[in-house]
Amino acid sequence: MEIPRDLAIERRQGSGPQFSEPVERRGDWNDGSLTSAARRAWDQKQLGVLIDGNERTVARGLGWFSIGLGLAEVLAPRTLERFLGIRHHGFLLRVMGLREIASGVGILTGRRPSDWLWARVGGDVIDIASLGMALSSETAKPANIGLACAAVAGITVLDMRCAQELSRTNDAALSARTIEVRKSIQINCSPDAVYKFWRDFQNLPKFMSNVESVETLSDKCSHWCVRGPAGKRIEWDAEITDEQENRLIAWRSLEGAQVENYGTIRFDAAPGGRGTYVKVHLQYSPPAGIFGARVAKLFGREPRQQIHEDLHHLKQIMETGEIITTEGQPAGRARGTSWKYDQAVRRQVDSRLDYQTSAA
Amino acid sequence: MKANCWYGKGDVQIVDVSEPEILNSRDAVIKVTSTAICGSDLHLYNGLVPTMEKGDILGHEFMGEVVEVGNEIHSVKAGDRVVASFPISCGNCFFCQKELFSLCENSNPNAWMAQQLFGHSPAGIYGYTHMLGGFAGGQAEYARVPFADVGTVKIPDGLSDEQVLFLSDIFPTGYMAAENCNIQPGDTIAVWGCGPVGQLAMKSAYMLGAERVIGIDRFPYRLQIACEKVGAEVLNYEECDVYDSLMDMTGGLGPDACIDAVGMEAHMPGVIGAYDRVKQSMMLESDRPHALRQAIMACRKGGTVSIPGVYGGFDDKIPLGSLMNKALTVKTGQTHVQHYFTPLLERIQNGDIDPSFIITHRLPLDEAPHGFEMFLNKQDDCLKVVLKP
Repeated sequence: MEIPRDLAIERRQGSGPQFSEPVERRGDWNDGSLTSAARRAWDQKQLGVLIDGNERTVARGLGWFSIGLGLAEVLAPRTLERFLGIRHHGFLLRVMGLREIASGVGILTGRRPSDWLWARVGGDVIDIASLGMALSSETAKPANIGLACAAVAGITVLDMRCAQELSRTNDAALSARTIEVRKSIQINCSPDAVYKFWRDFQNLPKFMSNVESVETLSDKCSHWCVRGPAGKRIEWDAEITDEQENRLIAWRSLEGAQVENYGTIRFDAAPGGRGTYVKVHLQYSPPAGIFGARVAKLFGREPRQQIHEDLHHLKQIMETGEIITTEGQPAGRARGTSWKYDQAVRRQVDSRLDYQTSAA
Repeated sequence: MKANCWYGKGDVQIVDVSEPEILNSRDAVIKVTSTAICGSDLHLYNGLVPTMEKGDILGHEFMGEVVEVGNEIHSVKAGDRVVASFPISCGNCFFCQKELFSLCENSNPNAWMAQQLFGHSPAGIYGYTHMLGGFAGGQAEYARVPFADVGTVKIPDGLSDEQVLFLSDIFPTGYMAAENCNIQPGDTIAVWGCGPVGQLAMKSAYMLGAERVIGIDRFPYRLQIACEKVGAEVLNYEECDVYDSLMDMTGGLGPDACIDAVGMEAHMPGVIGAYDRVKQSMMLESDRPHALRQAIMACRKGGTVSIPGVYGGFDDKIPLGSLMNKALTVKTGQTHVQHYFTPLLERIQNGDIDPSFIITHRLPLDEAPHGFEMFLNKQDDCLKVVLKP
């Protein structure tokens, strides 16, 4: 929690890193160009006429409504048949009732009620279609069917609005433009030693398995080559925005970076002479957007996990001189490591191989 | 080379694999002369521990002759006869420096996985799941030993393989279990499970000054070994009520310390046993902790419960009320084997103990699958199987 507070203070004082993307955007609030968050808030106000921003409450109501209607269809299909003036459709009504109950329970208990609400919208359409077909029955009571249609249509609109709104809130959490990662690790060496190792940027590819190379351009500036998702190479220039010897390094990417990023590494002396707490706080805009980050997560390259592994590798290098591996050991299968479980080890080796080939 | 590989529940096979090489600069490669099947290997054999992969070489109890060392290894050289410790430990991290070797921070490349399950990762272990590193094990003709300067002890001439092999795991494990009991003169120690670790824990309890040792099991041959070779009093839990018997034997006080040398696959007659079996087979509970429950209930007030038995996950119906209200101390952990190497080797040299008394079967490596089956089903009065590559 220390880091952002520091950054916030620096920002207010107008010194320290100027974070191009997020800060300027936030600064734009009064200039009429709305951020996506603000636009969302505005949209929400328009929809508010209907559901008043309380989409969760409305969803719960719809959930209970669904269960109630479902129960009626399951328990009293005859009464409904009589009301609509149709015959011999008791079984169908019961099935539709079960569907209603399922979506109701889904809305009330599911992790993503919006999905269940969309299922309800689909169900509503089927209901209206079925009611339309019921009209062709000889015994049909058109007035009652019309009434039912109107009711279902009203509910459909509510279902759709609520589902839309909930989907929007789900995505809101993910659609922030930057990903923020915070990790820390204890290393059994003095802050000076860890700082010194880190400050020599040539060392970074040794423990950051995604980083192919870091070229020092000047005292403050460096050029980074990183393997992005799907093996795509990403490059940028970065500058050190703040530096306190043996304590802290802050950086940000320079204009034109494919992946904008900025952050801080602190080297805090652990209490009682127990080495160093290395604390990383970084933010970046994922290259392929949030979608890319999601896909990356599927393939085990989730940024938090990646940085955790990298820090564990740094710890191993600082404490034992190298990173322990199992790649190349014997096993009663094609490769010594497991595709499923040993990703951390395999990634380390694969990235080293990639680096060698790209260097050659 | 030949190696004993895991292919699934109840399926281990001797397979021809490549020979291990030096992969890190503090590695050594050992030509295995003796290796053993551990009771904890049976948990893998029964498919109860997650993150095993088809083709994993098993075995974490092994010794042999060093054939090659990495360029950072100076204290061990080719030709040395060594025993390897089952935890792999760097010797440099906070925990290794406190001699808590089984908690090493740097030896498990897959630490993140264990972290998800346990909160933090213990050290890497040979042939014991990918969650604990995915290292090739020692039930093979050759084995790679990472951090060989920390993870091996040199064996002086004059001691046989069988006398020292168990320094790799079960002797220190039994010893640490007894040491964790903080034994005082006059103490009574009860030990659940008269398998290899239980036997060595009982023997160690006597070495550390216990007055009485009580062994609990259900196999008459194991109780007989505890009785004859260790000198313990014994209880067969299928023939008596363990709690009542222990109270009878201790004037209602209970044993001063209780050792659970059973772990996750305890057997229990009756309804509670069936309850846990069903839960475990439905993956609703990872372990069957009967021995632990009994140990807590029976332990003297203010006493110690020491747990060398292996547990893997989340357990039900642990009598925490008893633990708290009786002011018990719980001590447990994977064994810090390297910490015990020198003192226990001395014990063996002095003749205080010869751990080989537990060996009942000596088989060539080729017959490892048979050895697993025999050990699991307690056939032929099997207590400990030593394999010779």
